[in-house]
Amino acid sequence: MNLRRTRAIFNKEFIQIWRDPRSLAMAFFIPMLLLVLFGYALSLDIDNIPMAVWNQDGSQTSMRFLDNFKLSKYFNIMGYYDNYPVMEHLVDKGKAMIIMVIPKHFSKQIQSNGIAPLQVIIDGSDSNTAQIALGYVNSVVYSYNQKFVKDALAVNSIANATPVDLRSRIWFNQDLDSKLFIVPGLIAIIMMIIAALLTSLTIAREWERGTMEQLISTPVRSIELIIGKFAPYFVIGFIDLVISVVVGIMLFGVPLRGSTVLLFVTSGIFLTGALMLGIYISVAAKSQLMASQMAILTSFLPTFMLSGFTYEIFNMPQWVQYITYLVPARYFIVILRGIYLKGVGIEALWPNIIALFIFSFIAVRLAIVKFKKKVA
Amino acid sequence: MSNEGIAVSVQNLEKKFGAFTAVNRINFDVRKGEIFGFLGPNGAGKSTTIRMLCGIITPTSGTGTVGGFDIKNEQEKIKENIGYMSQKFSLYDDLTVEENINFYAGIYKLSRHDRDERKEQIIKLAGIEAFRSNATKTLSGGWKQRLALGCSLIHKPRIIFLDEPTSGVDPITRENFWGIIKGLAKQGVTVFVTTHYMDEAENCDRMTLIYKGTIIAMGTPEEMKTKFMRDEIIQIRVDEPEEWAERLSSVEGIKESALFGSTIHAVSPSAKKTIPLITKLFEREGLKSYKMAKIKASLEDVFVSLIEDYDKEHPV
Repeated sequence: MNLRRTRAIFNKEFIQIWRDPRSLAMAFFIPMLLLVLFGYALSLDIDNIPMAVWNQDGSQTSMRFLDNFKLSKYFNIMGYYDNYPVMEHLVDKGKAMIIMVIPKHFSKQIQSNGIAPLQVIIDGSDSNTAQIALGYVNSVVYSYNQKFVKDALAVNSIANATPVDLRSRIWFNQDLDSKLFIVPGLIAIIMMIIAALLTSLTIAREWERGTMEQLISTPVRSIELIIGKFAPYFVIGFIDLVISVVVGIMLFGVPLRGSTVLLFVTSGIFLTGALMLGIYISVAAKSQLMASQMAILTSFLPTFMLSGFTYEIFNMPQWVQYITYLVPARYFIVILRGIYLKGVGIEALWPNIIALFIFSFIAVRLAIVKFKKKVA
Repeated sequence: MSNEGIAVSVQNLEKKFGAFTAVNRINFDVRKGEIFGFLGPNGAGKSTTIRMLCGIITPTSGTGTVGGFDIKNEQEKIKENIGYMSQKFSLYDDLTVEENINFYAGIYKLSRHDRDERKEQIIKLAGIEAFRSNATKTLSGGWKQRLALGCSLIHKPRIIFLDEPTSGVDPITRENFWGIIKGLAKQGVTVFVTTHYMDEAENCDRMTLIYKGTIIAMGTPEEMKTKFMRDEIIQIRVDEPEEWAERLSSVEGIKESALFGSTIHAVSPSAKKTIPLITKLFEREGLKSYKMAKIKASLEDVFVSLIEDYDKEHPV
């Protein structure tokens, strides 16, 4: 391998990226956009659930009961109404997600019978969110009931009779803030975007424009060409990595509890594999259009859907779970979340690091072999 | 090979793409320092041959050497010693003129000092001083071709291969381009050039005509016009050449009568015998204003007649 040749290709490639607004946007703007979108807007947390209330009872007991919802950050009582059609209309329009009706004699029934019905209607068109909303309602009602029982027993000087006292603690992400969990995973997504949308074009473009014809008439070697083309994208990937880490910490308060060095080293391994995969696709494809479609299908989509970034792997059907073992980002996301949130190191992450190594090694081999074959 | 004065030599060189034979066992030698024209219509096998010689594709069979290196086993060595300019413009449009030159200087491992020195020579040679900082895409066709030629010369190759260097370029630029090529040959550079503009062939020291993958003639321009042209050409100027071109082909002795610009070229084994017959036809038809003379065959006449003979001997 000759350094002068490799550098010539590196410089040329860099100038081309720098002059092409589309490449620049893909290199820097899209990663930033994703960070901001996922960090701010696309929170997977469900809070401020809009709730329409019809309080037919109007008693003090019912008001105190409603206070429990008012004080919870998960609910937002959007208004009080006195008929069904108006509230149903709100649900139809998506303005309200829950309708709560406190029936007449609510407080009276509690005081005399010790039990009173409460009607809750939930918009189930998004089943997942409905499930979670119902869970929140249950827990508010549950804690109200518990307090009521406790108070009643105390009045009669009877000791607490609740047999199991649940004392749960959530580790690593105490507030269950989904952005702490999303932002580290985004690093894998951003790297795949650079590989899929940028690198996959680099060689296909040379064939398409006829510049490869001139290049292969020169003594340039496959390895020089591949390294020279790989390096600029590696630099871009690393700049994006640093930006993601800094933005994550400064803007979103994502803690980086583990080793920064380990984060950068493992990212380097993953990035190498992802870029080489992009180059492989670029060599295999006949045109730029085909290259980018192939890249999105084979590297970007699986990373997005099957890596555990958006959907938990253990929630997937068994056969899909087997497929996820072939998605390199799966291992990288475990590493990212491990380093970021759990603060663990090689002692816990080594199996995933080895998997990443194997992926990168295969990708490098594939790219080089494929290119040599194509040129010969 | 054994011969010191030979730059390129091929024996029985063949290239097949599936069932299609693009180049059919051709033989030729190119001497050092000559301008060797490789001529033929589009699709004759010119580019395929040049790409085999440059080590871009591997021949199906046959042997050959370029600069003393084997075209099958020493492609890397060949690539270091030749310059190649492909038919399609193949520099980077989004780079400036200078950046393109820098890139190829890097590819040929020139040191920074050598590069800067060579770059100035190249820019001067190609006459592109005014555009050195312009994006290549803003250059017109002719200037692009000159830049491409310059880039292929960056490492001072002793042999250069130019594939249709003047296609799509205006006549003045073409002439200019040939000036550069002749200058290179004077410095001892061997120039192997393909073209389908037959008039350009006059610039070559020697040439070969390839048609349907087969070489059908080889020699100096003078030899081509004498050795390969036994027939004579009669140039006829009339008011309605389209109509007359067709009617003349029925005159006894005329093998071929075709439009040639605004005139008709009639091919006949003997102009002396044929001219009176044409005169007779014109008189019979009452045509008064015409001019007719035997002329020296141009290369284009030669090639057209050679290709027609070949097609007659090898019906599809």
